[in-house]
Amino acid sequence: MDPIIILQAGVASGTVLLFAALGEVLAERSGVLNLGVEGMMLIGAMSAFSVTIATGNPWIGVLVAMFVAGLLSQIHAFIVITLQADQVVSGLALTLVGAGISLVLGEGLSKAGTVSLMPNFSIPLLSQIPILGPILFTRQSVLVYIGYLLTPLAWYYINHTRPGLHLRAVGEYPAAADALGINVFRMRYMYVFVGGMLAGLGGATISLAVAPGWFSELTTGGQGWIAVGLVIFAQWDPIRAALGSYAFGALRRLILDIQAPLTLFGMDNPFYYNPYWGFFLQMLPYAFTVIVLVIGSREAIRKRLGAPAALGEPYIRGERGK
Amino acid sequence: MSALKNKLQSEWISRFIDSLLPVFATLAALLIGAVMLLFLRVNPIEAYAALWDGAFGSPNAFAETLVKATPLLLVALGICISFRGDVINIGGEGQMIVGAVFATWVGLTFTNLPGWLVIVLALLAGFAGGAVWGGIPGLLKAYFRVNEILSTVMMNAIAVQLMNFLLRGPMIDPSQAQLASKIPQTAPLLDIFRLPRLVPTRLHLGALIAVILAVLVYILLWRTTLGYRIRAVGQNPNAARYAGIKVQRYVVLALLLSGAFSGLAGATQVYGVNYRMITDGSASGFTGSAGFNGIVAALFGQLHPVWSIPASILFGALLVGANKMQRVVQVPSALVIALNGLVVVFVVSSEIWRRRRQRQRLAVGGMEEEPPPPHEKAGQAEAGT
Repeated sequence: MDPIIILQAGVASGTVLLFAALGEVLAERSGVLNLGVEGMMLIGAMSAFSVTIATGNPWIGVLVAMFVAGLLSQIHAFIVITLQADQVVSGLALTLVGAGISLVLGEGLSKAGTVSLMPNFSIPLLSQIPILGPILFTRQSVLVYIGYLLTPLAWYYINHTRPGLHLRAVGEYPAAADALGINVFRMRYMYVFVGGMLAGLGGATISLAVAPGWFSELTTGGQGWIAVGLVIFAQWDPIRAALGSYAFGALRRLILDIQAPLTLFGMDNPFYYNPYWGFFLQMLPYAFTVIVLVIGSREAIRKRLGAPAALGEPYIRGERGK
Repeated sequence: MSALKNKLQSEWISRFIDSLLPVFATLAALLIGAVMLLFLRVNPIEAYAALWDGAFGSPNAFAETLVKATPLLLVALGICISFRGDVINIGGEGQMIVGAVFATWVGLTFTNLPGWLVIVLALLAGFAGGAVWGGIPGLLKAYFRVNEILSTVMMNAIAVQLMNFLLRGPMIDPSQAQLASKIPQTAPLLDIFRLPRLVPTRLHLGALIAVILAVLVYILLWRTTLGYRIRAVGQNPNAARYAGIKVQRYVVLALLLSGAFSGLAGATQVYGVNYRMITDGSASGFTGSAGFNGIVAALFGQLHPVWSIPASILFGALLVGANKMQRVVQVPSALVIALNGLVVVFVVSSEIWRRRRQRQRLAVGGMEEEPPPPHEKAGQAEAGT
């Protein structure tokens, strides 16, 4: 129950959610809602793990995972961008397709034994900072550090660069973007692909760093859905998405740790003596997501913030004022 | 005159093609499945023969298909209601679990009541349990604008842990509580509480109940004010509001009813198939993923309760057949999950042609346009705002 360790582990496991949520932020900012995150994460986790077994090199595993998940996302892109079909239904279908393929191809992987994982290391100097050093910069996976870099990068890209401006235009008012000569369709395909790649990276982060291995659908255990929820809580902002992800990671670790000691705050630990009470603790991340959604939605109403205006809408050229 | 005749003929042909779209979607999905099978170095013809044989090869196999189709149909009926009301309920798994818990509690508590009464009470309890679990996200959506897709998914995860808690704690089989193994299951139901079987197979009364309810849901949606209002809210909430419909109330009702049917599905699983609740720690261990596959069946049945009957049988057959396929050609039965997804992919993709032809029909003949079900309008995804 050391708070430093809980936060350190929270940042590590929160990195999974962070990648998936960042990808979804980018896709949704372009106007495409992709509910298939869970499926893309599963296929990422599975391909990362199996490629690493085959090649012995986790970096190749990560790259292949990103590519495969990106490829999967293009099914959704084609259906909702080119065929203008319903984004919710297509996203659900993508979850099923991704999960089904991963479970079929991943059959037997759980018995594969140990593989070489993504390297862990401490950052010199930065790890010496009191409190923050041990939490953020000590013996973390290289993927966690990549997450630190990616978050501000994504924020800067969306808010302060020209392509980022185009991205927001496509998500808010595609007809205007189109009139300015931005290729709405190509942009959306691209950002759905990037979203898929990041979801795949999230999956790879599970199977090659945070909780190594392949445990069929339990590998992700619904984290793809939590990531989609976080995007709403984050108001489509990368920085808030990162904070939310790390907080969730810490919560998950806290839930594990709280069941271990014999005493809690000087009393007998009820979760130790009645192990089945632990199931209540395991509800917490999900209950929290609901609470977070309530807070996020209320705040959005108060501040008149909102989803990208064209989120969920197919762009049909020449159709009245869209 | 001949122009009119031609027009009617092409009209008839295009409608005929529309109605065949799901069949094409299934064939296309099976074709891609065949490619996957080839990739796994399995002869697809052999694999699909095993699948067919497993699902329809004998009276027992067919009965098994119907047993699997029953919860799919019940969930699908709920999905028809909610999706027509433009409320996306992904919480079938959790609603099944909570419905089953309520129903099981009835059977384990009122052991001295007559069998038929307990069955009726248990099914009602299942209905109520699912309604509670669907009603919560409904209230959150209506009054806090919480995106129901996400809240229902979260409610699934919460229900699983609730089941795990109950079946290891307060509801555990007293005889298991003595043992070191402590298998997480409830005591078995009394024999007199079992749903009667229809023919000498595992087919139980639940299947018949589901079919009757399919007709009732059709009547509810298209012949009652309640159903009309749910659909009106689904088509255009603003117009419905101006027409004096209390939109929020019908959003809650749509999700609540939808959950209730899933809860009933959970209850029939306990009273018709397992005769107790048992958990392997996951939702699918109890539900067999019927809470998700029911959505697939409903979409395949074009959100029509009666068309959901053959759709459920199709997906029940896929599930049962996949087990046989796994035994005969050693392909993981999870292939069926991918197949289900692909079917939805093709069904949803084919909507563009249906819409296009509908526009043509309008342009040519001035025929009355059938409004698309709300989920096809796209753009109602209003993620949480």
